[in-house]
Amino acid sequence: MGFTAFTVVASDPLLCNEIFFILLCRVMTATCTLFLVKGQPRMGQTIAEKIFSNSAGRVVTAGEFVEAAIDVAMIHDITGPLAVKTLYEITDRVWDRTKVIMLFDHQVPADSIDAAVNHIELRKFAKREGILNYDVQEGVCHQVMVEKGHVLPRELVIGADSHTCTYGAVGAFATGVGSTDMGAALASGKLWFKVPDTIAFDIDGKLGRRVYAKDMILTIIGDVGVNGATYKACEFGGETVAHMDIPSRMTLCNMTIEMGGKTGIVAPDKATAAFLEERSVDGDFTLNSDEDATKVLRRYNASEMVPTVAKPHQVDNVVPVTDVEGYHIDQVFIGSCTNGRYEDLKAAAELLEGETVARGVRMIVIPASRTEYQRALKTGLIDIFTESGALVEAPCCGPCMGGSFGILGPGEVGLSTSNRNFVGRQGSPMAAVYLCSPATAAASAVDGVIADPRTH
Amino acid sequence: MARSKAHIAGRVWKFEDNVDTDAIIPGKYLVLNSSKDLAKHAFENVRPNFASQVIKGDVVVGGENFGCGSSREHAPLALKDNVGVVLARSFARIFFRNAIDIGLPVVECDTTEIEDGDIVYVDLERGNIHNKTQNKEIPITPFPPFIKNIIDAGGLVQYIKNAAQLESREPRELEMD
Repeated sequence: MGFTAFTVVASDPLLCNEIFFILLCRVMTATCTLFLVKGQPRMGQTIAEKIFSNSAGRVVTAGEFVEAAIDVAMIHDITGPLAVKTLYEITDRVWDRTKVIMLFDHQVPADSIDAAVNHIELRKFAKREGILNYDVQEGVCHQVMVEKGHVLPRELVIGADSHTCTYGAVGAFATGVGSTDMGAALASGKLWFKVPDTIAFDIDGKLGRRVYAKDMILTIIGDVGVNGATYKACEFGGETVAHMDIPSRMTLCNMTIEMGGKTGIVAPDKATAAFLEERSVDGDFTLNSDEDATKVLRRYNASEMVPTVAKPHQVDNVVPVTDVEGYHIDQVFIGSCTNGRYEDLKAAAELLEGETVARGVRMIVIPASRTEYQRALKTGLIDIFTESGALVEAPCCGPCMGGSFGILGPGEVGLSTSNRNFVGRQGSPMAAVYLCSPATAAASAVDGVIADPRTH
Repeated sequence: MARSKAHIAGRVWKFEDNVDTDAIIPGKYLVLNSSKDLAKHAFENVRPNFASQVIKGDVVVGGENFGCGSSREHAPLALKDNVGVVLARSFARIFFRNAIDIGLPVVECDTTEIEDGDIVYVDLERGNIHNKTQNKEIPITPFPPFIKNIIDAGGLVQYIKNAAQLESREPRELEMD
């Protein structure tokens, strides 16, 4: 552009000098910048720093506050209404209707008049703005976002739900935000962030029989503590994670919020590429933390891990299942964004096949999405569940949030494959919730008490 | 910042470490969207008398990791009408953001020695807490400048409104699918 200007005005000697000077300055600036970028040794970057550098449009490092461009935003029936209210307080439309996805999953189908009103208002919003609304049809938000290919590696994704961190399983930086943050992002397409430090969880070794990603993440949370990763990006790597399928990586990333993490993330690899290819998405998604990036390293040996249970009322209150074997249970729940995928249902069905749910125990199975439901239906898993006496419900969050159905009464004990066991989480504050893998849940449903799935 | 928000005096409601968002507002109330309705159920499961006895300007005090769990903004909203300030040794990330965004003051400080029922004066402008009951001063960890800008604007909505970029926007096209 500078050269065009130079050619045009070359006939005026005075102006020509001035422009030459400007051009010289530009060349010098460019050279200096080049020197800074290439000549000056700079520390390597973590995946989080790379994604935020891309979204902020400049090189950023952990600890900096940045205003970053959002690639995708997700809202659901619980947190959506407040986000929409905030949006319209700021402006009169969403910043980009193609980047906003809405669905209902927490109170589906509407379980109260209040819930129905929220659904009505959100439907109006989606129609007015022309955004994609999956409504009540598709299932739990985090499962749907990943399985429909709405999330890609390197993207910065926000969701008005704390378990948005699940999407790191496909190499995105995804994090949960509140409704005002979401409203602001819906208005402007941008949001402020503090670029997080990274903890690298390096996991080697082979998981034993009937030990799963859920046991792994519970073990890690037990080790790190419920606030051990606050504000941190949690990178999961190592040989074990490299061999994990995407559904297992989703379970791993899903629960990083339970140790305070801002996101969980797995560097995209062949498994990610294959998963995305099935969703008609291809491209070069190479993304890794640099060798010399600043990270806190924590090493784990998967072969030492065992079926693990989080006791009430804190997620880091974990013990090997053998410590709680024989404990009384009233209800078993298999489902949620943590463990409601086909692979989870299959692991549970293997233990339930030909068995019946013990007398005195009720079992609720909820596939995480319509797609996963249909897979389970076509492969006979739903038959196994219903034959055994389990109640199979349509895709939704179910008892996980304690606001819909499958609620625990005072004094009751629930065993759940979901992610939180806080006081009152699944109903009465006098109830208790234990968290475990789908296999442990299924084995326990058969025995009528908490059971070790390896003995089945 | 308005004087009424910068100077807070109230009775302490002391909680343990890791107060989660389900404790602040149980999931079954998330269908409610106003601070007034939500306030009636604040801490219902863990401090059943809180909602009926809290007096405007009272101070909620936690330990580590206050507000862990869900991203529900209903949690700080349930406190906003009555609670003058939340003090904690540390906050969970999303709760902290949500509180700042909606203008509920949240302050990091050493809360170890503050007891339930203490009367405390919190001066957000000078960055100081005076525990009247124990006659002790507690220093406040100052906010990073970036966050202070949002607080000074009165929350995120106003902060964004202040940014010129949105005001210069073209009128909405009324086009639909």
